[in-house]
Amino acid sequence: MERRDFLKNLCIAGASAVGVAAAGEAEAAHEKKEFVSVLVDTTRCIGCRNCEVACATENGLPIPDNKDKTVFDAIREMTPDQWTVVNRFDTDNGEIFVKKQCMHCNQAACSTACLTQAMYKTENGPVIWRANKCMGCRFCMVSCPFVVPKFEYHSANPKIQKCILCYERLEDGGIPACVESCPVDALQFGTRRDMVRIARNRVADFPERYIDHVYGENEVGGTGWLYLSEVPFDQIGFRDDLSHEPVPALTQEFLYAVPVVFLLWPAFLNGMRYMKTEDEEETQIAEIYNPGDES
Amino acid sequence: MSEFQASSSPQIVPMESDSTEPSSPQIGSIGDFLRFLLSEMKPKGKLITPFNVISSIIVAVGLVLIVIRFVYGIGAITNLDQENPWGIWIGFDVVTGVAMAGGAYVMTFIVYILGRKRYHSIVRSVVLNGFLAYLFYAGALMLDLGRPWNIINPIIGNNFGVSSVLFLVAWHFMLYMAAELIEFSPAIAEWLGMKKLRKVLGGLTIASVIFGITLSTLHQSGLGALFLMAESKIHPLWYTEFIPVLFLVSSVFAGLSMVILEGSLSHKVFADRLSKDLHHHHDDITIGLGKICAGAMFVYFFLKVLVLIHGQQWDLLMTGWGAWFLVEFIGFVLIPLALFYRAVQEENVKMVKVAAALALTGIILNRINISVIAFNWFAENPYTPHWAEYWVTATIICLEIWALRWIVNRMPVLGDPPAWARDMDH
Repeated sequence: MERRDFLKNLCIAGASAVGVAAAGEAEAAHEKKEFVSVLVDTTRCIGCRNCEVACATENGLPIPDNKDKTVFDAIREMTPDQWTVVNRFDTDNGEIFVKKQCMHCNQAACSTACLTQAMYKTENGPVIWRANKCMGCRFCMVSCPFVVPKFEYHSANPKIQKCILCYERLEDGGIPACVESCPVDALQFGTRRDMVRIARNRVADFPERYIDHVYGENEVGGTGWLYLSEVPFDQIGFRDDLSHEPVPALTQEFLYAVPVVFLLWPAFLNGMRYMKTEDEEETQIAEIYNPGDES
Repeated sequence: MSEFQASSSPQIVPMESDSTEPSSPQIGSIGDFLRFLLSEMKPKGKLITPFNVISSIIVAVGLVLIVIRFVYGIGAITNLDQENPWGIWIGFDVVTGVAMAGGAYVMTFIVYILGRKRYHSIVRSVVLNGFLAYLFYAGALMLDLGRPWNIINPIIGNNFGVSSVLFLVAWHFMLYMAAELIEFSPAIAEWLGMKKLRKVLGGLTIASVIFGITLSTLHQSGLGALFLMAESKIHPLWYTEFIPVLFLVSSVFAGLSMVILEGSLSHKVFADRLSKDLHHHHDDITIGLGKICAGAMFVYFFLKVLVLIHGQQWDLLMTGWGAWFLVEFIGFVLIPLALFYRAVQEENVKMVKVAAALALTGIILNRINISVIAFNWFAENPYTPHWAEYWVTATIICLEIWALRWIVNRMPVLGDPPAWARDMDH
């Protein structure tokens, strides 16, 4: 089951990386399973923080005051009760506002790390968290390259909190609350394939406006959220040193070795012990036939 | 360590007046069994000793801290934060503790697979130490789990996260504890005087040894594999795709170094419980273990050099992090390796112990470096443990020592098994 999902994710990731050309007949059969995506155009964002308010309202979190502009004085991280934040960066090209939330990776490290499938990559793409399965080991937090999952350290019944891409709204045919709330179309929702195409087109059409890098297209094997920018991404709070290899691939070889060791090692150990016993028996036999030999 | 030694008076006065040969009780009914158990629950030896007083205070305060943790959350007594989700409860108690408990699988390999009978007299105590280490240090994991009531999820039900290295490690911990318990169980049967049970359990030893070595190979390396996905967070001098292999190889000499130090300690503390065999061969055994440590450490050293050359990160050695790396690498790998080598050549028992202490320090450093210090090395506000995190760790150690002392003073662990049990093995 898990492996099938994994392979399927691989296919989808591979297909979207190659582009539309890869969409053959096989892909058509899996059309429904295509991942959803949000494209963030940071050149459009005006820092109104309507998305923060919409997110909090939708998910029953404390509602932030988006009239308060002083929050931009410091770079904020997400917290257990704030699943998305907008930060202001002073760059070579002036002020740039950047929304931040879970990236919903194609092959999510957190869901691979989870030993109870509490952190779960759904078929449509959102990575969700399920309270009744989670044992609170925080291995997802250790593994996430974007430091997204947040843990409630001051609760006796702590939860892992992060953006779940409004997956219940999506199931009802809706779009994420933050996307809906955006007044300037800085956020755009659709299938990942379409969003990659739109992003690429925008870069091609307006080379003076965007740098030639769609963040999330290839990072850690591709993410659900994609970003366009006019300045290099390390100036607006992104890590530009992440590998293009999916994070789960880092433990894949180890996990493949496990069944091999598990089957061969006992046989080998038993063989060693058997040889040893044979050895002793032969010495005993030799003693019986040649009593003088043994000194 | 010094408190522990102080618990027995310096001139090695027996803690109880029994002879080394344990007398087996006659147990015919459940009533007998309960009466025997009750009589064994009573403490033996003096109650008011410096070690007992100090450890009781540590445990009493520790239990209060644990209650606070469960009422107000993990953040109430730890300095963990969103960037540093794992602190010393994982980095030291679990990751380091399990490496140091590696002696059990190595010793059972030497004795039961390679048939080196010279080490037979220490196998029981090593397995017991290993079992208790897993029970208490891996058990301490429960304190670190935010939602421990869901711990049954990866064990039963349909929530198998089989793509997770932690799933593998969790299952292996569980199965290995069972394997070690079976390996040790003949001693329990001998203590209870249950001859039939002893025969059955003794017959399971080889199977559980082979199973146990296999499990250990996988979860010792698996503990390292936990950190593979944190590539973007661990300093490049410590991150390598070979972390699992390095963890496995280092668990060999970490475990044996622990056996060497524990052995010499219990040699003093439980002098009255030692078998004649163990008493006479103790120095031989220590030298022999030192020899294996030298070999394993050389492999480890060599691997570390290969990884360093392969990574082509010489320039990093010139930074502050490089200096810290060299402290670990030269001070606590190369030097103990040289000491082990020399000590074995000169048959110097004391030097073996010094080397073992240095090697163990190196293992603590290495595991803490990977899981805590070099993890998020770029962070502006690095994590430093809360005093309560140390205190709870000390509490766990004290509880483990209490359990160890209770068992060693009652069951044939360091001493000879009763005569009837010895006959059974021949």
